[in-house]
Amino acid sequence: MAVTRQVTYSEISPSEFFYRNRDLAGFSNPARALYTSVRELVENSLDACEQFSILPDVSCKIEAGPEDNKAGDQLAYTITIKDNGPGIEPKHVPNAFGRVFYGSKYKLKQSRGMFGMGGTMAILYAQITTNKPVQIASCFDGKTLHIFDMLIDITENKPIILRHETKQSEGTTGTSVRLTLMGDYLRSAQKIADYFKQTAVVTPYANITLIEPDGKETKYERATEITPPPPQETDPHPHGIDVEALRRMIKATNEQTLLKFMTKNFHRVGEKTGEKFLSFAGFGRNANPKSLSNEDVVKFVNALHQFEEFLPPDGSCLSPLGEEIMSAGIMKELQPEFVSMSIRPPSAYSGFPFIVEVGIAYGGKLLQPGMRLMRFANRIPLLYDEANDVAFKIINEEIDWKRYRIPQDAPIAIITHVCSTKVPYKTVGKEYLADRPELEKELKNATRDILRKLSTFLSRKGSMEFQKKRLNIYGKYLPLIAKFATSLSGQKKLPEYRKLLKREEVVRIEEGEEQPSEAAVDVEVETAKDSMSSKVNEKEDAQQRLEEFSKGS
Amino acid sequence: MPSKDSKNLVKARKQELLALLRQLGKNTYDEVNEGKFPQFVFPSRSVSNIVYDPRVKQYVLGKNNVKRSAGNIKHIRPFTQLLWLAYFADKLVTEGKTSTLRDVYYSSQADNMEFVDQSESDEIITDLEALLTKAREDFMVYPEDRSEIFGDLTIEYTVPGYEGQRLNLSSHPDGYAIGPSLSTSQFVETSAEMVIAVEKGGIFTRFVQEKVHKKYKAIIIDTNGQAPRSTRFMLKRLNKELNLPVYLMTDGDVYGEHIAMVVISGSANAAHLRELTVPTAKWVGVWASDIVKYKLPTDPMTEADIKRAQELKKDPRYTAGVWQRELDIYLKIKRKSELEAFSKYGLTFIVDNYLKEKMQEAKSL
Repeated sequence: MAVTRQVTYSEISPSEFFYRNRDLAGFSNPARALYTSVRELVENSLDACEQFSILPDVSCKIEAGPEDNKAGDQLAYTITIKDNGPGIEPKHVPNAFGRVFYGSKYKLKQSRGMFGMGGTMAILYAQITTNKPVQIASCFDGKTLHIFDMLIDITENKPIILRHETKQSEGTTGTSVRLTLMGDYLRSAQKIADYFKQTAVVTPYANITLIEPDGKETKYERATEITPPPPQETDPHPHGIDVEALRRMIKATNEQTLLKFMTKNFHRVGEKTGEKFLSFAGFGRNANPKSLSNEDVVKFVNALHQFEEFLPPDGSCLSPLGEEIMSAGIMKELQPEFVSMSIRPPSAYSGFPFIVEVGIAYGGKLLQPGMRLMRFANRIPLLYDEANDVAFKIINEEIDWKRYRIPQDAPIAIITHVCSTKVPYKTVGKEYLADRPELEKELKNATRDILRKLSTFLSRKGSMEFQKKRLNIYGKYLPLIAKFATSLSGQKKLPEYRKLLKREEVVRIEEGEEQPSEAAVDVEVETAKDSMSSKVNEKEDAQQRLEEFSKGS
Repeated sequence: MPSKDSKNLVKARKQELLALLRQLGKNTYDEVNEGKFPQFVFPSRSVSNIVYDPRVKQYVLGKNNVKRSAGNIKHIRPFTQLLWLAYFADKLVTEGKTSTLRDVYYSSQADNMEFVDQSESDEIITDLEALLTKAREDFMVYPEDRSEIFGDLTIEYTVPGYEGQRLNLSSHPDGYAIGPSLSTSQFVETSAEMVIAVEKGGIFTRFVQEKVHKKYKAIIIDTNGQAPRSTRFMLKRLNKELNLPVYLMTDGDVYGEHIAMVVISGSANAAHLRELTVPTAKWVGVWASDIVKYKLPTDPMTEADIKRAQELKKDPRYTAGVWQRELDIYLKIKRKSELEAFSKYGLTFIVDNYLKEKMQEAKSL
């Protein structure tokens, strides 16, 4: 008997792949999905502005409804994100938003999102949950506004345009995206608020507005006109290449020789290095790249990883915030009494350059007692899984806080920013950084540096306060000493104690240590008195309350 | 008889104290006038500076000193408090008024001085004791707990309103409270030849009823447990000014033994003072060996009792003689008893037999 087996193979499109794996991309539940959608769209807007050095004006409006969609805790929410970026050429709009992996590339550039994929994911998620089209309105030339209503054909991975109309624009470029998705605003409101607040810290050059479903409008105003230099595209460093990447590079190249291929496509590879490498790897300099067999490609990649004489990647393609922008952001949002920064020189891991910037804020009216960590990677606030992050580990386990004499409950915020062409996230969720030794070292050095600066500030401040306190104390007790001594010794006139008080004003601060007398001096009896001053204050407070109470009654 | 000496002694002590206090004031005044920060130097009372001195049989302070200077930010407050206390003590002594620890704490507020709590002012009072090497009773600060005295001793008050008035301490069978008035009185006349101090009020009353004061020519004192400082001060005066030997009778347990020891050798807390100890006083009972000898009714020693006995065995004050020997017996028999236990043999047994025998025995101590 003959048995026929029929197996159906079907291709799945990238859209479908992401639809099936939406958990990975941060759409795991209605609350998280709403937060991620907002975040991805805002980041696209900020990225667009920054690439063209436009001072960003971004607004985000979240509205409940329309009412016809409801499922348990989930409600339909309509999100509208509007920016003043360069806009998108009308012919590119459908693909830019309606197709996953559009314009995929192998060149590397520092940006918030990779490939602008997150925005498309949000659109996909919205379509899946509410079946409503996304509306994109973009003005590229400053004259005409192109409005598209569209859906994504998930199985075909291509946009379906439902409506395209044009309007007279207001004379500025920019893009707005409006979509409706099922979400849980109650459970994501806090994260969304945190996201905007923290984003404002690292983008003080932007005006950002958040309008929440209850109509509450929060504006984060621009505090500086300085923008970070727009990030440059860079060729990949040989250490960061894998087999698939190499295959694509070979497919795309027009170079006829391997040497040319090396010098044209890799970061910091010149003729000399290229030749050295090819002889190291055992390939002829004049061989045609396209002639490499599968085995050759694997061998080539292994050699790329093993060859030690490639120059390390430089940071020229990176766009760190810099001291001025970062401190402007911190001053604006945290209003601390003290702020300081440490910017590390560029470093690299596995062929990817990165720069670590760490800031510290202390005191002021907004910071609460205790240490608060704010993590950023490529200017994205990282709000989840703090305890897994390398910065958290360093601050809580590897820094010896005692050395810096910073009180335990001091109101401190530590702001870490890592920028890289490829941020070493530990998971696809993009929420915390892996403990790469290179990264760890830079973070540690920067953190130590800012803690030293804070420590110096605090000790200076402490000695000034000490001096003031000292004068107060002497002003209080010297007259009493004069009075009691006069009475006890039977004198009529007070002694000249003012001389001592005057001397106090110029006396340098000496720590109140016991001075030795004839024999060894014992300090033990006195130490108990140190704690008295706080007790005195408590008591005075209580007394004052009592007096206020009796006045009141 | 000692009346005249006593009279002069009380006066002389007062004059000496006032001189010390005023000198303190003068030094401070002069230093301030010269533009110097005034300071006090006195022996440190930290644990590391308290040592046992076998010659005087008590804890004394070692050579370490504390310098408290108004020029030191951490010291100016306790310096001022100490100076204030000297000023306040001067007023008390001059006016013949007495005060208590609690009272001192509140009195400071009248002069704009503050103490956070009474323990802070108590600490300053002890500092002044160390600075003057005088007991606080000398500068009229008395404890609140009282004990009793009874016997043929005529005293003359020095407190205002009672100056010149006399009283014989055998006039009231419940005894007289050893308070400030009695402590500051002059001793005029006595027929007593010894002082017997007992640990308990009940035994004190029994001794009065059984006329111990007559039978032994004794002044009877009730220490009321651990003797308050005023009682130790009184015992010291009776011993020193009237040359009366002091005998101590306590319960038959380790705590009783220690009550006797504190009267004789003082405590580590008062290592800065000499005026509270009666080194020649004799502890006559109840010893552990008496429990065995008189077959007294007993209770078992608790674990805390045994631990205390082991601690005391290591104490330098207990190294020799009867002290060490009796502790050993306690640890062996692990039983304890009380003065009242002698009532097993009738109410008068304790005076007529036990006390008699122990006084005999004491001669050989």
